[in-house]
Amino acid sequence: MYIASTRAAVSAPAPYARGGTRLADIELQAPPSDAPTRTMHETLYDKIWNAHAIVEGNDGQTLLHVARHLAHDGSCHAFGFLEARGLKVRHPDQVFATPDHGVSSKSHEIAAITDPEQRRVVELLAKNTRRFGIVHFALDDPRQGIVHVVGPEQGITQPGMVMVCGDSHTSTHGALGALAFGMGASDVLHVLATQAIRQRRAKRMRVSLDGVLPPGVTAKDAILAVIAKIGANGASGHVIEYAGSAVRAMSIEERLTVCNMSIEAGARAGMVAPDDTTYSYLHGRPFAPHGANWDKALAYWRTLPSDPDAVFDREVTLDAGSIAPMVTWGNSPEDALPVDQRVPDPESETDPERRAYLRRTVDYMGLAPGMRLTEVTVDQVFIGSCANARIEDLRAAARIAARGRAVIPALVVPGSTPVKRQAEAEGLDRIFRSAGYVWGESGCSMCVGMNGDLVASGKRCVSTSNRNFVGRQGRGSRTHLVSPAMAAAAALTGRITDVRLLGN
Amino acid sequence: MEPFVILDGIAAPLDRPSVDTDQILPARFMRRPRQEGFKHLLFRDLRFRDDGSEILDFVLNQAPYRDARILVADRNFGGGSSREQAAWSLADFGIRCVIASDFGDIFYANALKCGLLPVPLDLDVCRRVRQQLHARPGATLRIDLPEQTVTAPDGVLYGFAIESFRKRCLVQGLDEIDLTLLHAEAITAFETEYRRRFDWLFDPAAVVAPHE
Repeated sequence: MYIASTRAAVSAPAPYARGGTRLADIELQAPPSDAPTRTMHETLYDKIWNAHAIVEGNDGQTLLHVARHLAHDGSCHAFGFLEARGLKVRHPDQVFATPDHGVSSKSHEIAAITDPEQRRVVELLAKNTRRFGIVHFALDDPRQGIVHVVGPEQGITQPGMVMVCGDSHTSTHGALGALAFGMGASDVLHVLATQAIRQRRAKRMRVSLDGVLPPGVTAKDAILAVIAKIGANGASGHVIEYAGSAVRAMSIEERLTVCNMSIEAGARAGMVAPDDTTYSYLHGRPFAPHGANWDKALAYWRTLPSDPDAVFDREVTLDAGSIAPMVTWGNSPEDALPVDQRVPDPESETDPERRAYLRRTVDYMGLAPGMRLTEVTVDQVFIGSCANARIEDLRAAARIAARGRAVIPALVVPGSTPVKRQAEAEGLDRIFRSAGYVWGESGCSMCVGMNGDLVASGKRCVSTSNRNFVGRQGRGSRTHLVSPAMAAAAALTGRITDVRLLGN
Repeated sequence: MEPFVILDGIAAPLDRPSVDTDQILPARFMRRPRQEGFKHLLFRDLRFRDDGSEILDFVLNQAPYRDARILVADRNFGGGSSREQAAWSLADFGIRCVIASDFGDIFYANALKCGLLPVPLDLDVCRRVRQQLHARPGATLRIDLPEQTVTAPDGVLYGFAIESFRKRCLVQGLDEIDLTLLHAEAITAFETEYRRRFDWLFDPAAVVAPHE
């Protein structure tokens, strides 16, 4: 991990005259981030970190214990490395698994996974979890789902935990007051083998959302507004704590959406201090503590929120009342604008590198410079993903979907099998189906472009997912990120639509 | 891991900001077994058309850069997905160093574990070096990890930052798990205390909840 804002202390001023700087001179100016100021007044992040630090080196490295490790079909590489090295899973009781990335939204029969590589790794997950005694919510298990939907839903995710998963959207779980972050295959292997991970302490950023989100404006719009403000690498090297009255007023599901996209701002993790909303969400969930254990856990959880005088390395403030429904126009989540705005005009950009980026992006996205976002016609709609596929998301989309028929193909994929069942119990599936939507089986589906649910080259998809990267939903795909209600509004009209103008 | 000490190599200029890991290695190739190699999957959709033919505009398809060992990029390199396959594909192509003004946090960590050195330099330096590479295609850079310096084609030397632990692992080609297991006693002692203090996390009902 590298902290951009401290670079000046280490590698600048550049250029050095040839031979003018020796290594020793560089090391003498060790960045402050190597040893951030410890204070008595700790943040939520510090408290969790300190409770999990096994060994803290003076070289900036800490070996952190991992309370819970989530595995999915993508964990296949790490299990393979584990076997090749003759290592074992150190603590299977701290690992939970479910297949999500490669599963079919058409059916949870294994044969429905038509790509042999995807089918192989879903089968491998079943084999590896059986072999090591890891709890596995298999394809046919009623608890299966996207790993970041399943963790909170089952009560596996709890305040105060260090939680990891081989997926960048692990930041989602921070909504319950956990320190949760993604990692690559080498670290998945390391955690399987040692139940620990090497990390460097991050800087702390507090993002405060004060005020009240206006009608028609959701948690998704709030986090897109944050990313647009600070940039896709704006929180690089930091862990974000979301605070402020608008965050306190959010349900856990809304907080999950916000924390999910912390990685889209470059943050290591995002988190919200636990409060009564958190505790009432967790109470009674299958893997949450029960009875006397609940009281003991609750007493501990109540000590976790940042101390009132805790100091953050960086503070960002947004007025929730000024946020509008957001939509991305480009290929980075930072390319987000209020829906009533226009596509940027590259020719009005003075920086040549930025102008080149805008030209290439407007071209890739098939947009005309300066056109209104609400003039953009859409080919298809996707409602799903770990950003927005929980029951509240489906309810919000269904309220709009109920107004008429979708004029373009639309797909809804619940984030988990329990979400799907709940939605069906509430009749949401009938609303979507009668509006012409396809109602799918839970999984990552069209967010990730690797399980058969794809956006064809040159086609434009309005999507509730979290990434609008070049080719993310399939080669040549064009993605606009929005909230569930905005996605349903686009399905109704066939173009990007301001949900506020649909009236009540 | 192959040690990294001093690298003299051809550097390719990649004139794009925010090169995310989906572009470096598209998701549909993520499940390929590691031993099959990821060389031909690097920047798959930027390098090749659907029929497999090369897109000649892309820098790594141009003559001097087919042998590039170093990439000089822009801001926010390697953001997005945690897929380590992005780092594998760069390493398998032969790239051992990426220079950018900043890196995706998880990509940065993954790269170091694959013997791929991410070098953060100021954005204006990245741009200046790329201009030099465009002016002299095939020019080389020298990356000196022990000294933490980059020598640009014009001979100017730039210092860069890296954590001392990560540097030691790379220079000596150390394996991180082996290093961690040196702390086996501390880990066991910590876990014993952790399981006592947070015993509700280890209650049988909390780790194997009944099927609904």
